[in-house]
Amino acid sequence: MKDDTFVTLKEATQKMNAGELTSEALVSEALNRINQENEDLNAILWVSETVLDEARDIDKRRAQGEELGVLAGIPFGIKDNILVQGWKSTGGSQILEGHTGSYNATVIERLKAAGALLLGRTNMDEFAMGSSTESSHYGPTKNPWDKDKIPGGSSGGSAAAVASGFVPVALGSDTGGSIRQPAALCGVVGLKPTYGRVSRYGLMALASSLDQIGPFTRTVEDAALVLETIEGLDPKDSTSYDLTNTSVPSLIEKDISGMKLGLPKEYFNGMMDPSIEKTIMTAVEELERAGAKVQEISLPHCEYALATYYIIQPAEASSNLGRFDGLRYGYHSSGQNLQDTYERTRGEGFGSEVKRRIMLGSYTLSAGYYDAYYRRALKVRSLIKRDFDEAFKQVDAIVSPTSPSLAWNLGEKFNDPIAMYLSDIYSVSANLATIPAMSIPCGFVSGLPVGLQLMAKPFDEYSLFRIGATYQNRTDWHTQTPL
Amino acid sequence: MKLTREEILQIAKLSRLHLEEEEIVRYQDDLGSILDYVEKLQELSVDGITEFQHAAGGVNVFREDKIDSCSQESREQIRENFSAREGDLLKVQAVFENRTL
Repeated sequence: MKDDTFVTLKEATQKMNAGELTSEALVSEALNRINQENEDLNAILWVSETVLDEARDIDKRRAQGEELGVLAGIPFGIKDNILVQGWKSTGGSQILEGHTGSYNATVIERLKAAGALLLGRTNMDEFAMGSSTESSHYGPTKNPWDKDKIPGGSSGGSAAAVASGFVPVALGSDTGGSIRQPAALCGVVGLKPTYGRVSRYGLMALASSLDQIGPFTRTVEDAALVLETIEGLDPKDSTSYDLTNTSVPSLIEKDISGMKLGLPKEYFNGMMDPSIEKTIMTAVEELERAGAKVQEISLPHCEYALATYYIIQPAEASSNLGRFDGLRYGYHSSGQNLQDTYERTRGEGFGSEVKRRIMLGSYTLSAGYYDAYYRRALKVRSLIKRDFDEAFKQVDAIVSPTSPSLAWNLGEKFNDPIAMYLSDIYSVSANLATIPAMSIPCGFVSGLPVGLQLMAKPFDEYSLFRIGATYQNRTDWHTQTPL
Repeated sequence: MKLTREEILQIAKLSRLHLEEEEIVRYQDDLGSILDYVEKLQELSVDGITEFQHAAGGVNVFREDKIDSCSQESREQIRENFSAREGDLLKVQAVFENRTL
């Protein structure tokens, strides 16, 4: 039976305001469910000891008629790479075992100001490098729809936690699809905002020109509500934008009559599982019935996106992960001298995928290879960006699958980096082009969820919300649960 | 393409990573296969294309050059994360060795 842990944020807030639900009840049910089911799923790494008291406090203030924030009393799951002061913050890595956050990420400050409760940590691939949540030092997360399958990654814990009713909402981070792909494979909504829309202050940096924080929710309207809370200019992140003129209207119009949607012809050339293609085309037909005009478009350089991504991302990661020296925080392994200490600490503290990418990045940035790899990849990134700029002159949004495959078996691709990387083929382009993209549930194949990806021009999240909310108004995929 | 043992050791040194023997062997193949895949970019002509450099639009953001202090609690948490400390200071091994005075 579905209990209140499967509510949407909108429903929960309405019920709490009407006195039909308390935050304490919502949090208690979430904790019960986690107690019963998380040991098997490993979506949540640990839960906050104070969250129940915080829920009671919100209930008391609500009962006293106090004006509360828009997310008051709603429990959030937080990916392990977003710093929370006083919380263990490990990025899924052994090298940060024992590390405690010494300040709050800006998104955390904003959630707290809106009255949100922080329920616990969600599992992730080590430093967000992975598409399956198997590279976590704290063990893999399983897919709630089939526990022999992976949940996607890197934010697999956040996706599985929302899909399982452990929390109604969670935060993740997306560098090449790490929000959208697990959202697709777990059957929930996942939003990667435009680069610069949400501050990354307090997010462990993976690739700084690609990283964004975003929400996992059940409905598109809830994703819009969370975005509205966490977005906007932050003096502590120089890449964050002043959104004074681009904020999303609170009321999302559920009408897409006359909107123009593009289907990239290069995406439908046998790259995806045929059953996924069929599911996606059925969803596209639904959008057409809702009044959208669908046309074929071309993204001529999209076949180079994945290779571009797997040069730029490891290059930036190799630089960002230089900060893990074993001295200032986390795991430490003493050597004979400082160089030896660095090498031992990092050799023992990082997992195999992280080491692979650090070395790949060091290689492509090193003298003699920089021009052939890194500089060339930056040029191709310009071409990819240009493809999207051209496409958005013709259409309001682009529609595609989020992932070329369904959730695969645990262990299936773990030792084959190229097979793992290929699962990001539809998601990396949005990060390279800095545009917003969202995955919404659009059906099932063999009992496993399929995600529809929507992409729009920079700062036009509203178009994604309008299309997504219209689709959810006409379908019930998002109301299905694995339990 | 398979990277040589020497290439892996050189990259590991640049990356400040100690590798076990079996890792050296595995990364020779792994990095080789990834480099083969990204080789795809060589087939494109990029003459006259400028590098994508400013994901945030290329606007410089300045602030006053003044120190903002953090809370006492943050200070203490930062120090507690140190691997070794002496009083308020982070204790590390010598950076310059064999230095003669």
